[in-house]
Amino acid sequence: MTLSAPGPARNLPQYGALFAVLLANWLLFPDFFAIRLQDGRLFGSLIDVLNRGAPVALLAIGMTMVIATRGVDLSVGAVMAISGAIAATMTGAGWSLPAVLAASLAAGLLCGLWNGLLVAVLRIQPIIATLILMVAGRGIAQLVTEGQIVTFTSPALAFIGSGSFLTVPMPVVLTIVVLAVTALLVRATALGLMIEAVGINRLSSAGAGVNTPVVLVAVYVWCGLCAAVAGLIVTADIRGADANNAGLWLELDAILAVVVGGTSLLGGRFGLVLSVVGALIIQSMNTGILLSGFKPEFNLIVKAGVLLVVLLLQSPTLTLFLPRPKGARPIGTVKPPVAPTSGGAKP
Amino acid sequence: MTASTAPPSASSSGPLLAIRGLSKAFLGVQALDGVDFTLRHGEIHALLGENGAGKSTLIKTLTGVYLRDGGTVALEGREIAPRGVEEAQRLHIGTVYQEVNLLPNLSVAENLFLGRQPMRWGLVDRGAMRRRARAVLQPYGLSIDVTAPLGRFSVATQQIVAIARAVDMSAKVLILDEPTASLDAQEVAVLFKVMRTLRSRGIGIVFVTHFLDQVYEVCDSITVLRNGRLVGERRTADLPRLDLVAMMLGRELEAAAHRIDLGPAEVDSRPPLASFKGFGKSRSVEPFDLDIRPGEVVALAGLLGSGRTETVRLVFGMDRADRGEATVDGQAVRLKGPRDAVRLGFGFCPEDRKKEGIVGELSVRENIILALQARQGWLKPIPRHRQEEIADRFIRLLDIRTPDAERPIQLLSGGNQQKALLARWLATEPRLLILDEPTRGIDVGAHAEIIRLIERLCADGMALLVVSSELEEIVAYSRRVVVLRDRRHVAELRGGEVSVERIVAAIASETPNAIASETPVTAGSGAEVRQ
Repeated sequence: MTLSAPGPARNLPQYGALFAVLLANWLLFPDFFAIRLQDGRLFGSLIDVLNRGAPVALLAIGMTMVIATRGVDLSVGAVMAISGAIAATMTGAGWSLPAVLAASLAAGLLCGLWNGLLVAVLRIQPIIATLILMVAGRGIAQLVTEGQIVTFTSPALAFIGSGSFLTVPMPVVLTIVVLAVTALLVRATALGLMIEAVGINRLSSAGAGVNTPVVLVAVYVWCGLCAAVAGLIVTADIRGADANNAGLWLELDAILAVVVGGTSLLGGRFGLVLSVVGALIIQSMNTGILLSGFKPEFNLIVKAGVLLVVLLLQSPTLTLFLPRPKGARPIGTVKPPVAPTSGGAKP
Repeated sequence: MTASTAPPSASSSGPLLAIRGLSKAFLGVQALDGVDFTLRHGEIHALLGENGAGKSTLIKTLTGVYLRDGGTVALEGREIAPRGVEEAQRLHIGTVYQEVNLLPNLSVAENLFLGRQPMRWGLVDRGAMRRRARAVLQPYGLSIDVTAPLGRFSVATQQIVAIARAVDMSAKVLILDEPTASLDAQEVAVLFKVMRTLRSRGIGIVFVTHFLDQVYEVCDSITVLRNGRLVGERRTADLPRLDLVAMMLGRELEAAAHRIDLGPAEVDSRPPLASFKGFGKSRSVEPFDLDIRPGEVVALAGLLGSGRTETVRLVFGMDRADRGEATVDGQAVRLKGPRDAVRLGFGFCPEDRKKEGIVGELSVRENIILALQARQGWLKPIPRHRQEEIADRFIRLLDIRTPDAERPIQLLSGGNQQKALLARWLATEPRLLILDEPTRGIDVGAHAEIIRLIERLCADGMALLVVSSELEEIVAYSRRVVVLRDRRHVAELRGGEVSVERIVAAIASETPNAIASETPVTAGSGAEVRQ
């Protein structure tokens, strides 16, 4: 049972891009792959990529399934802010760690439930439905923190952000755990098949007896939970909750990671691991540009350039002109390569 | 020269619109093949035909949506070749579609004068627009608030506004493409009054509809197309219904179809598997009674738009019935959606395979196990090896032509997609399988295989409810045929009564129950009783 759609050719652009970006980092910064053990925790640029990339990777895991149902969740950044605000405020008020975690995750779950009900039951377009919470969510987070940046000193909560388990930083551990649980949940059950079926053709799936509303609600709930975990990590890392800026614009990074990972915005086949790879590509670039000493302004432009290349490699129009293994389909497409209408007609 | 000044009886000066030898092909498929069509001044002319007859191609060629490959189109003796709806409108050809193509958010007046608003000093003269709008609508007996958004009015009113706009823009030819499909009886009456008024003003109306009663009520002439060819043009008064239906279906009535003898029709003593009483949905299909017994094939026959598809969609819960009750094994059941139907052991292969049947990107294997998996629930995944077993078994059993079970189903031919959909339901071992046009768009070989399969399934004790336009097919495998006309179940033929002639006669019958056997299914009048 594979985590991503079958076919080795499908994964090539993603792994290739990750490799290329890492290679560029190494050329610019020869110590990039150096890893050292200090105080029982691994340090180094590569570890930093994994650690810093964890929040977006977590968001991307949840977002992958939402996008596979032909939806999108714009509210994940705001949900991060809510879960972080709750965690910091409750910790400051003296609640125990289990209570804090439960409350933060429950908030994420409720946010997902809200989105899911809007999309599945009221049939509001996902981009609009989740836009509501994207806007309102920051307001909710600010209400929780009463407009302040709430800081805390609890080492127990801070451990989630800066601690380590078996020398591996906690954010990385949590991401791996969430990835594994998610993969188990969708691929060891029939949920993955139903998510893909609903994303490809909701009418046909409903006609075959698939409980489409439940599938849709489930993916948004899971996406909310993933966002809550990401929010916890960010808050724990900085030991404080900034309702205005926590997770700001990260929903776009998450969507980008999923698309770079090869899951089509038109829904259908999805690859969880590839989405995480997408998140790591984005983070490697961020880290590399910081290390290289370029101005951070370059970051955005270089990022856009690299992403363009990855997406071009997946473009169905372009793929038609490239030699590809027998039986392989253009990556990231929904339609079979039947007629090269737009690209092929041009001289 | 405007339409209103045209003499009401200008037929002596030649036809209003003369189409001769019109041809149009799409990717090698001949959609129209040398079709003639003549519309006279002050005439309502029905354009009739079943699926794929070429009606919509003819209309779209006339309105400039398509360019014709061959033939001539002459309006009042002058050759025309519109290259778009706008140009067609300028050439005095106006079109009103079933789905009104106006802007629901704009006011009635704005819709009437969109793109040609009365101006004063470079600005839209709203006062003049309102006055003129009222004046334009007045002859139609429509005194509505012209400043209200169009979308607030009923579809019928919107349609009349669309007609008024087309006529006001100097239409001489008015094409009404299924305008009555979503109207109730009163609204239809209002629309017909408008059409008759326009006729008396000399306007020629092309009327596309599926309702034969309406054809006989309002039309002067009838042109029938079939498979892109002209079958014939007749005066309505000279064409008995039976002959019209025969023309549409392409039947030589004297040539009796030979049928397989399925024995006497004494099966009715067994209790029904599923039973529907007064089942219906307003604006979709009139309430009907229907019993389906194990091991029997019940076919639904009727013209396109007669309510066949609507009936089976209600039975499977794809659409929700708003009246009547359903029982399965004598127990009252609720059919809120397909999931309920699947749980009851129903299966449904829809007419539109691409849109409602296959999940295109998924493999043949995944498509085959989808319904079974959905019924088991997501927590009990069918193990991969079991999925492969099921898929391979049905690929062999139904002879689905695919290199392997992992091929995306969208890459298969229509016939093989249909077989894979059949496999999807057979894998659930259904008690009642509903097939809507199971042989449409399928090549001849697969066609015969699917018919054989239907016979085999029936012999195995499964109940089948089949919608088909192919009357010979129906006659070959059905013991019981329910005939529908104008969204109503009008007759039920049983056992020896089942024949192409009787089906055609029932479709053409003028009053419900005229041809029905001693226990008719129809419950058209039951609606009022129940309410």
